[in-house]
Amino acid sequence: MSWIKDIISPKTRSWEEFYRNRWQHDKVVRSTHGVNCTGGCSWNVHVKDGIVVYETQALDYPLLEKSLPPYEPRGCQRGISYSWYLYSPIRVKYPLMRGALLDLYREEKEKTGDPVLAWRNLQDDPAKRKRYQQARGKGGFRRVHWDEAMELISAASLHTVKKYGPDRLVGFSPIPAMSMLSFAAGARFLQLMGGVLLSFYDWYCDLPPAFPEVWGEQTDVAESADWYNSKFTAVMGANLGMTRTPDVHFFSESRHNGTKTVVFSPDFSMVAKYADQWVPVHAGSDGAFWMAVTHVILKEWHYEKQTPYFINYAKKTTDSPYLVELHAQSGSYVAGKLLRANRIEKYKDQENGEWKFLNIDESTGELVMPKGSVGHRWDKVKGNWNTKLEDGLGDQSYDPLLTLLGKSDAVLPVEFTEYGLNRKALRGVPVKYVTTKTGEQVAVATIYDLIMAHYGVDRGLGGDYPENYSNKDAAYTPAWQEIFTGIGSETVLQFAREWARTAEMTGGKCTIIVGAGINHWFHGNLIYRAGMMALMLTGCVGVNGGGMNHYVGQEKLAPTDSWGSIMSARDWQSTTRLQQAPIWHYMNSDQWRYDGNQNEYNAAPSNSTTKLHTADFIVKAVRNGWLPFFPQFNVNNFELVEQARQAGAETDDEIKNYILEKLKSGEIRYSVTDPDAEVNWPRVWFIWRGNAIGTSAKGHEYFLDHYLGTHHNHIADEAAKGKVKDVKWRDAAARGKMDLIVDLNFRMDTSALYSDIVLPTASWYEKDDLNSTDMHSFIHPLSAAIPPVWESKTDWNIFRDLAGMVSDMARKHMPLPITDVVTAALSHDSADEISQPRMLDWAKGECEAVLGKSMHKLALEERDYTQIYNKFIALGPNVREKGLGAHGNQYDCADFYDRMLENADHVQTIQGQRYPSLKEDTEAIEAVLLLSSATNGALAERAYKNAEIKTGVKLAHLSEASRGVLINNRDLKTQPRRLINTPIWSGLMDGGRAYAGFTYNIENNIPWRTLTGRQHFYLDHDGYIAFGENFPTFKPSPTPEAYGDLRQSVNDGKAKMLNVLTPHGKWHIHSTYGDTLRMLTLSRGMEPCWLSESDAESLRIQDNDWVEVYNDHGVYCTRAAVSARIPSGVCIVYHAVERTYSVPKSEIRGGKRAGMNNSITRVHLKPNLCVGGYGQFTYHLNYWGPVGVNRDTHVLVRKMETVNF
Amino acid sequence: MDIRSQISMVFHLDKCIGCHTCSVACKNIWTDRKGAEYMWWNNVETKPGTGYPTRWEDQEVYKGGWTKTGDGIQPKSNKNKVITLKNITYNPDMPVMDDYYEPWTYKYSDLFEAPEGDDQPTARTISLVTGHPIDVKAGPNWDDDLGGTKDYARKDVNLEKLSPEEQEAMFQLERLTFMYLPRICNHCLNPTCVASCPSGALYKRGEDGIVLINQERCRGWRMCVTACPYKKTYYNWSTGKSEKCVLCYPRLEAGMAPACFHTCVGRIRYLGVMLYDAEKIEATASCEERDLVDKHFDIYLDPFDPEIIKKAKECGIADSTIEAAQKSPVYKFVKQWKIALPLHPEFRTLPNLFYVPPLLPTMGKVTEGLYDTATKSFWGGIENSRLPLEYLASLFSAGNVKQIEVVLKKMMAVKIHRRRVTVGDLPAQEVEDALQEAGVSEEMADAIFRLTTLALNEERFVIPAAHREEASELLEATDDRKGNAGFGFREKPARGL
Repeated sequence: MSWIKDIISPKTRSWEEFYRNRWQHDKVVRSTHGVNCTGGCSWNVHVKDGIVVYETQALDYPLLEKSLPPYEPRGCQRGISYSWYLYSPIRVKYPLMRGALLDLYREEKEKTGDPVLAWRNLQDDPAKRKRYQQARGKGGFRRVHWDEAMELISAASLHTVKKYGPDRLVGFSPIPAMSMLSFAAGARFLQLMGGVLLSFYDWYCDLPPAFPEVWGEQTDVAESADWYNSKFTAVMGANLGMTRTPDVHFFSESRHNGTKTVVFSPDFSMVAKYADQWVPVHAGSDGAFWMAVTHVILKEWHYEKQTPYFINYAKKTTDSPYLVELHAQSGSYVAGKLLRANRIEKYKDQENGEWKFLNIDESTGELVMPKGSVGHRWDKVKGNWNTKLEDGLGDQSYDPLLTLLGKSDAVLPVEFTEYGLNRKALRGVPVKYVTTKTGEQVAVATIYDLIMAHYGVDRGLGGDYPENYSNKDAAYTPAWQEIFTGIGSETVLQFAREWARTAEMTGGKCTIIVGAGINHWFHGNLIYRAGMMALMLTGCVGVNGGGMNHYVGQEKLAPTDSWGSIMSARDWQSTTRLQQAPIWHYMNSDQWRYDGNQNEYNAAPSNSTTKLHTADFIVKAVRNGWLPFFPQFNVNNFELVEQARQAGAETDDEIKNYILEKLKSGEIRYSVTDPDAEVNWPRVWFIWRGNAIGTSAKGHEYFLDHYLGTHHNHIADEAAKGKVKDVKWRDAAARGKMDLIVDLNFRMDTSALYSDIVLPTASWYEKDDLNSTDMHSFIHPLSAAIPPVWESKTDWNIFRDLAGMVSDMARKHMPLPITDVVTAALSHDSADEISQPRMLDWAKGECEAVLGKSMHKLALEERDYTQIYNKFIALGPNVREKGLGAHGNQYDCADFYDRMLENADHVQTIQGQRYPSLKEDTEAIEAVLLLSSATNGALAERAYKNAEIKTGVKLAHLSEASRGVLINNRDLKTQPRRLINTPIWSGLMDGGRAYAGFTYNIENNIPWRTLTGRQHFYLDHDGYIAFGENFPTFKPSPTPEAYGDLRQSVNDGKAKMLNVLTPHGKWHIHSTYGDTLRMLTLSRGMEPCWLSESDAESLRIQDNDWVEVYNDHGVYCTRAAVSARIPSGVCIVYHAVERTYSVPKSEIRGGKRAGMNNSITRVHLKPNLCVGGYGQFTYHLNYWGPVGVNRDTHVLVRKMETVNF
Repeated sequence: MDIRSQISMVFHLDKCIGCHTCSVACKNIWTDRKGAEYMWWNNVETKPGTGYPTRWEDQEVYKGGWTKTGDGIQPKSNKNKVITLKNITYNPDMPVMDDYYEPWTYKYSDLFEAPEGDDQPTARTISLVTGHPIDVKAGPNWDDDLGGTKDYARKDVNLEKLSPEEQEAMFQLERLTFMYLPRICNHCLNPTCVASCPSGALYKRGEDGIVLINQERCRGWRMCVTACPYKKTYYNWSTGKSEKCVLCYPRLEAGMAPACFHTCVGRIRYLGVMLYDAEKIEATASCEERDLVDKHFDIYLDPFDPEIIKKAKECGIADSTIEAAQKSPVYKFVKQWKIALPLHPEFRTLPNLFYVPPLLPTMGKVTEGLYDTATKSFWGGIENSRLPLEYLASLFSAGNVKQIEVVLKKMMAVKIHRRRVTVGDLPAQEVEDALQEAGVSEEMADAIFRLTTLALNEERFVIPAAHREEASELLEATDDRKGNAGFGFREKPARGL
């Protein structure tokens, strides 16, 4: 065709170099983004003319098994936008300080000539303090020199330590896995100071409490490649396309390999597009669907078919054959505690007999005591902590009896509560009578039989069993779930049958992928347990292609063993202050004051435990050692120790006893009991790598009010007065508790905007660091493509320099060593797990106060503030002497420690002693890699050998294939390296096998870290029984009226009440990237409020109209995105947005700047998640404690009439 | 026979995540500069939706592509084939800024520089064109994920093929769905843009068929903007020249996939070379609408046929290119399996980008307020698919529903076959019937499965050798070129060059 020109001549085409020139670049460096996206993607950063110009994904991941698709490329629309930040106008280039503070400080400094005294004077003057606090967030930043900023921060820190004690210094930095050493920098500084590090995984509500409940594990899940191994995949509360962008191809690809996919989501989400079936359950009702699925599985596949694979799996790996005592109550029975081995004559002398449990041997009908319980774990004699089907006394094999059906001594009517319709049912359960050592006759039932009855599977035992699937009134039939989910029974039946059939034919290759959409519900733990039951009953846990795969937050820090020591400064000290953040913020930001009694919205039986206000329950938890709380006491810890010494206490024990007596008598009080008293306030707050005041601040407006003392938009009424007993009610709440807020940041986000000092930090293309994730099994480097821009510095260097300045100042102000006393909660993976068989409160006289047993522990720590810097830059001697470990595993590494001393260039000599240097971040990186069992094969082998002793199982072979592996930082920069088998994690991955959680347990008879050592259907903690959560169950969402979001907000007739959902968004990772021009251009210039067509119509809202989304807690103003994919009754504001861009002033809150998605939240904590000292219910940072749920929030939405900026 | 080689592409829409990583990769490298802010050489659209620029598919308005006139075709934008002086300065059929969007930024500096006040500062939106505050009303991806359904999705041009009831049903629970449509320049065999340029600035590269706008010759008439029915040429208001997707030829020449292909995390993209007979372009582009897809497929030649190989060599095609054509994943999808279809073949530009249509969730039904989506068979048939086949046919087969049905049945047969291999729980007869009805052998099903799921980077992108040394040699000695490369002063393009 004549008009189409094909040109070959290079001369005519010489202009083509125009575009070729653009593609040319000078250097390509591998890095990644430390942003809690869980991606951990390998990126090539392109540098041209010394400027970072763009990034593309590296394509060189090592391949896994040939039957699996490759990982490459990994990286999403957000990650590829990152380079924009480096030179953008939102970049923090210089240290900034609020002018009001700067002027006041300089004035005092001028007067005193001493920074510490200057700070003291400033704090002693309430008017001055108020002056700069009220300026927070309202502009007026000034550029300052690094030296002046650091001087002020050091002075404030030292003054606070001296006056109130170090537990008033607090730091928040989330998700270490995303940039481990940057996190460790601040954590190490704070721990050396005696300060407090806040948790994040639970605060973000990323922690799935059901994992500790059922498996004794924080979280351990399959890497995304393993999704491809699944043959039936259910997705709930996770929008894979949106949030698992680099991984979702495994999901879409599995469909072309014959995998069936079902997506549960109230809205038609990105991942719904991939579904074979989309099930639009009503928001938050997924648990009801799963309860019905399990009902069908139990009835058809367990009772009617007795599927051998399922039955054998249940016997061997779950608590289903364990015996539970039934208690009589007015004509019927209720399920109580697990039958303890020491209740029986035969086992009465067993060590830890209260923590060992009983089965019935099917072949003999006799009671047996299975190995592997938490009691065996902490026995003096080792080698019985395994899940072999052997009696712990005598080692003989046995066959666990699952059901007493046809073999029972009697059938008793047992009461079960169904919370959805709030009904009780009496159902026949087959029991056996057991004679205890005291001659008492106790009725016991297997958990399996109780579960059958609880789920309403009629086995001809009489009682209120549903007659068939269409019985709507009885839990948990397919017809029953229709009431809650809006999904017809046919869908449940097809799902359950295909699920079970797939599991049977593949040996358990059915999986649930689950995310924040579920975990953030108040009863999220129950929804998880409902799904887990379907998995466990079909043998789908601990199997490649199976499992409960929860991806919420980048929690998996693979080399946690070595890193943990450096991060917490345990290489020098024996104590830490690692704080559970949700209870901390609930109390300290005074959100408890606005919370009614949880029993108004938390469906539970009525009893003395469930009547407590959450704040009182938290006090109980702190006193009893279930959870930590700092500040500890209403006195300075240093002075307390000094007092003890003056009173004659000499030894450590005497000092502790002195303090114990003071606690018992009430002479000193726990800070948690009086959070509004000035003496108990947290004072200096370090924020780095996170957005603690902004998008991480649930109850953000309460933060502004009570922490910052600046303007806010909440109008909530105080509801706790008269409802709290152990917490002191003060009519005037404290406002502006924080003396100083320091934010390390590369961008001006909401936290930076509201901080007193902003320090410019190097970003992810400007520093070296490490990154790991549970989405894949590789460890990644961050590398400096260019040096830190403008005046920014790496986090490592900032905290190191701060340590230096504090140490210098201390020579004048705190020159001598001084003794601190540290409270510690009872701790998971230690013998503390067997401390409190019953839930008793010493402070109520229910038991003796015994440190470390019926209550928390106390420890003494010697602090020398002149030595903070020296300790920071050197790897301390504890590593060499005590070894390292994690999750209950240990190994010796003295030889590797010594190896680090061989190169004199990387050694620090302090007071004549030589230590491996940690002065540079690169040195710390090498230390982490060299000393971790996840990256050093020799150490993995040692850890397995130690595990062999504990378990009595051969394990060392698991490290054979990786014995010589030793990964270093240079290797990582060349190519991401795959982690190796180590007992600190529960998956196995030799030979390119995809990592899947609990395969180590299933294949090697390794117990879960739970009471029985098995996966738990049943939770017999007193608190769980009290709150009605001993069985997996369904509880309806709290009603909006009782939840208390809208007590004061008036609907003027122009608004509509909606349940606001805040799932993870498409254009940001939390708040990062959301402010970049790329993402704002591809979205709507802001994060809109998504409304259904019908709700929008009834409010006369057109697409892109401005709307106010508000409740008592605050207001968010944005534009509407009206869409048919949103169901009516809910609106979606994708978490998490900043208030830094395009936020107008609110009409309904007096013309003040509106906030963001956290402006409409307030924390509600679930009390039963506070219990402790009991098996898997024992505290560890980010492992246990209530989580910061926010999915049940309701708002009013109305159209804005006038929009002002 | 006039055999030529053409870089061709397949986008597997069933795998598309709609993440826009491709778009950002392209923008970072090519259009992150003044005058190009609004350009998205690669964009991703949610369908149903109106896209970018809005309702670009409506050629009644935009006048892109070709019109069939008797036995021949002519550009829709001009009645006469030859561009005359009369219409060269007046082009009424161009998209205006509002059809794209007015690019904007934020006054971030206020966050740092605002003096202390009584309220919090916030960065406001500023137009990148005027520098003034702007009320943002449109963007390049405004209808993402069905945003603004009433104003956007319901105005999708392709819905016009459906009855009002069928249209409405697409937005109800029972069949509500969406899909993603990533779009780049199709580097057509019969590009209207090339045909319409009065300056002769547009051309197809002889060795790979990439369509380029010569930045020296372009005079900014913007006839190409009108002529391209896909609206994939853009006017740079700063340089006064039009620009478009260059298929990352600097990367291809170095043996790397274009940036949008490289960065596709859905792994939906395939690229390879195809041999075609240029003599058949006119006849193919002029055929009856119902035959367009089949004839389009026919224009590509079998690179394994000894006759074709011989003739290709005679036409100057390099051995390395023929080998690449034999390994081309595009050849498999398009010619061997026929499961990838061109977008809007009725535009008659013979695009070289083919789409595997998506399999979407099965429909639900609502009875007395209860939703059910249970199916009789394991997956339910494609007739239960949420997107009406007519809709997909409007996109990919000029309305030929049968063509869509055949493709989806093949894809479903692959799934059913793989279920048999990996689980074995479906009735044997059901599997046999599915394969037979779709005309797919087990071997073909396995081959489709492998390339769809397991393919590595180098299998998805088979890039023919560019032989840059041969091109260089025509200008200067290659060993000189080695030493000279990159030397020179960089000049920015300016108006009137």
